[in-house]
Amino acid sequence: MASSSIPAGVHGDPTRRDFLMVATGALAAVGGIATAWPFINNLNPAADTLALSSIEVNVQAIAVGQAVTVKWRGKPVFIRHRTPEEIKQAEAVKLAELPDPQTDNARVTDTAKKVRPEWLIVIGVCTHLGCVPLGNKSGDPRGEFGGYFCPCHGSQYDTSGRIRRGPAPKNLEVPEYVFSSDTLVKIG
Amino acid sequence: MRRILVSGALALAALGLGAVAVAAEHTELKHQHWHFKGPFGTYDRAAAQRGFQVYKDVCAACHSLNLVAYRNLIDLGLTEAQVKGIAAEITVPDIGDDGSAIERPARPSDRFKKPFPNELAAAAANGGKAPPDLSVIVKAREGGPDYLYSLLTSYVPFDKLTPEQIKEFNVTKDDNFNLVFPGHRIAMPPPLADDKVQYTDGTKATLDQEARDVVEFLAWASEPHLEARNRTGIRVILFMLALAGLMYAVKRQVWADKH
Amino acid sequence: MASSHGAPPVFNNKVIAWIDHRLPIFSYLEKEYHTFPTPRNFNYFWNFGAIATVMLVLMIVTGIVLATNYTPHVLMAFDSVERIDRDVPSGWLMRDLHMNGASFFFIAVYIHIFRGMYYGSYKAPRELLWLLGVVIFLLMMATAFMGYVLPWGQMSFWGATVITNLFSAIPVVGDSIVTWLWGGFAIDNPTLNRFFALHYLLPFVIVGVVGLHVVALHVHGSNNPLGIDPKGPQDTVPFHPYYTMKDGFGVIVFLIVYSVFVFFMPDFLGHPDNYTPANPLVTPEHIVPEWYFLPFYAILRAIPDKLGGVICMFGAIAVLFLLPWLDTSRVRSCVFRPIYKWFMFVLVIDVIVLGYCGANPPEGYFVPLARVATLYYFFHFLLLLPILGKIERPLPLPPSIADAVLNKKAV
Repeated sequence: MASSSIPAGVHGDPTRRDFLMVATGALAAVGGIATAWPFINNLNPAADTLALSSIEVNVQAIAVGQAVTVKWRGKPVFIRHRTPEEIKQAEAVKLAELPDPQTDNARVTDTAKKVRPEWLIVIGVCTHLGCVPLGNKSGDPRGEFGGYFCPCHGSQYDTSGRIRRGPAPKNLEVPEYVFSSDTLVKIG
Repeated sequence: MRRILVSGALALAALGLGAVAVAAEHTELKHQHWHFKGPFGTYDRAAAQRGFQVYKDVCAACHSLNLVAYRNLIDLGLTEAQVKGIAAEITVPDIGDDGSAIERPARPSDRFKKPFPNELAAAAANGGKAPPDLSVIVKAREGGPDYLYSLLTSYVPFDKLTPEQIKEFNVTKDDNFNLVFPGHRIAMPPPLADDKVQYTDGTKATLDQEARDVVEFLAWASEPHLEARNRTGIRVILFMLALAGLMYAVKRQVWADKH
Repeated sequence: MASSHGAPPVFNNKVIAWIDHRLPIFSYLEKEYHTFPTPRNFNYFWNFGAIATVMLVLMIVTGIVLATNYTPHVLMAFDSVERIDRDVPSGWLMRDLHMNGASFFFIAVYIHIFRGMYYGSYKAPRELLWLLGVVIFLLMMATAFMGYVLPWGQMSFWGATVITNLFSAIPVVGDSIVTWLWGGFAIDNPTLNRFFALHYLLPFVIVGVVGLHVVALHVHGSNNPLGIDPKGPQDTVPFHPYYTMKDGFGVIVFLIVYSVFVFFMPDFLGHPDNYTPANPLVTPEHIVPEWYFLPFYAILRAIPDKLGGVICMFGAIAVLFLLPWLDTSRVRSCVFRPIYKWFMFVLVIDVIVLGYCGANPPEGYFVPLARVATLYYFFHFLLLLPILGKIERPLPLPPSIADAVLNKKAV
């Protein structure tokens, strides 16, 4: 077969033809992008998953000095009923000593701005590489600072869940929570 | 070329007709105007809410609605607080922290409570045949909403039957005779009647009204995304018509020198 | 890869030139999809190859995202599909696109097959191209069949039961084969799992065979409505922009029709019984396959013998493999075959009649009708085609494509 040449804008009014091409190309591109969205959105959490994204926990049964672990969004959440000593210890730390400076007060305030120093609620996932730190069960090693100790790489957290020593860069994350009464906390 | 195209179109049409002609040999259905029909259809929220009441007060005694969660009622126009209230009135089985079976108030994230713990129990309590789940019933029956509406409103009491009907369909006094049900003898006794429910919005609860409302509700339960589907469809088709027009112009331009 | 045409392209962009020197993908694209000389007289039937390709891609993409949320387990499959419909973001759209996409993929391919038959695209030197096409068709049928099982509704279950039971017609080993297909003593969880695995695999096999189909196409180039070979540059146009733009237009028009179904009647082509979860103890009143299988289903039921029915059904597809050698005519296109042309239309009507019989219960006048239609189907391929090719006098062929186009004699 013989070769053929490509006719590029030889016939017709070139400006009109270019405009038509550009308009069509642009519209097709818009359509393509708009089509991509539902495919991407499809992988986002579904409505039934989102419906479970907050939980309510009754903390009445947790005695002073005790703690519970609850599962929230597939991760452990530590709820600790701190002793007055632990609170004092957490409040006494100078911010300058902290790798990730944050006051204890800021970490025990719920989304309704109410401060409850006796309740420490943190996500039990080490900020280093995602292990679950020890220290929420009685008898667990709690590290030098009396809070949490991550067995994977030796990160140590204090009684406010703040990082004090080890490779973790950040304090244990405090989830959004709000006390709807003195005994009922909604996490998420 | 044109002749071929026409033949092709006819062929496709005939194929479509062939597929449709399979069923639709039962008694004539009562065709109703439904608010959700057609490309601009939406659900009549007030009717569907009344229908939910009918389901809750009547149907739910025997029929599950497994695929619908209490939270879905927000789509029907209820507020979050109302949904929480509706759920809280219902106790559902769960497993407690110590592993024992407990009953707790339902949460919006829970699916509608089943009337029977499982299908065998449902069958045992209903003369051997479990009442079907109603989650997708409107899509699962030939004729859809018209069929369900007709079914609910086409019961004939035994003493109104003609001797021929009694003989032909072998009906006894204990049977329920329904004009549109295939075979006519249906296990479900007439579920609805005038004033079977007390509507909170003051609508008069006639049999006809209840049937229409509960079908509106069940249609919504079968396809809660219908409105999004219609809305998206209109946009997509308008967009593509514009694109097709432009593409055609481009194609004409490109081919102008070859014709 | 393809016939030699045109000088190798020169790329000004350095990166493209560098890559192309080592892996000539850009030269390939340039040669096969840009300058590729294509007969200038295509009608809109020639759009359906591109349309089928678009549908294949669409099916694969929607299928992959659906698979991310689907659970192939007998206790969860139905609910997981409904969860996609109700809870997953845009899930209903993906599902509606996929389930109607199957039908529209078949519509495109059936038209594509008809075009190939009407214009003699299967004749020398394109026999292998045709055979690869029939292989694609078979793979599509297998994929569609297994896909229909996945939602685990009543039709899924009973369709799978009926179709897999076809193999029990094979003498001696039939029952063992069926047990092997099922991975058990009935359609159950193992069957659902393997169908899901294969339903995910086969589309990629189709992509591979489509690749071969396209390579084979580009060896001798496309056939055209006149069925005569291009004799020089005046008979052809470069594929781009002439046919890219025409295909683009055709694809959009097809997608509009498809969208009407997806958005306004998504369940029209489906069956209500498939919204009832599978129940191994209750068979639905009428078991009907998806519409695109109906003609073959009718052939199966038309034969009063079990093994005979199965053989005829598979034979109806097998005969397509022989088509290039059954046709003895000297000319390709039906445009120049005054008698066979009409028999082509009769064949189309025959297949529609078969489909109609397949959709209806095998009672009353459908039984003899299906038998006559089945008989005619095989008569067309096995007797009419070889004999008519010898006795029919074709109309005179035009000297060239350009000649026919410029004299407005094209169809």
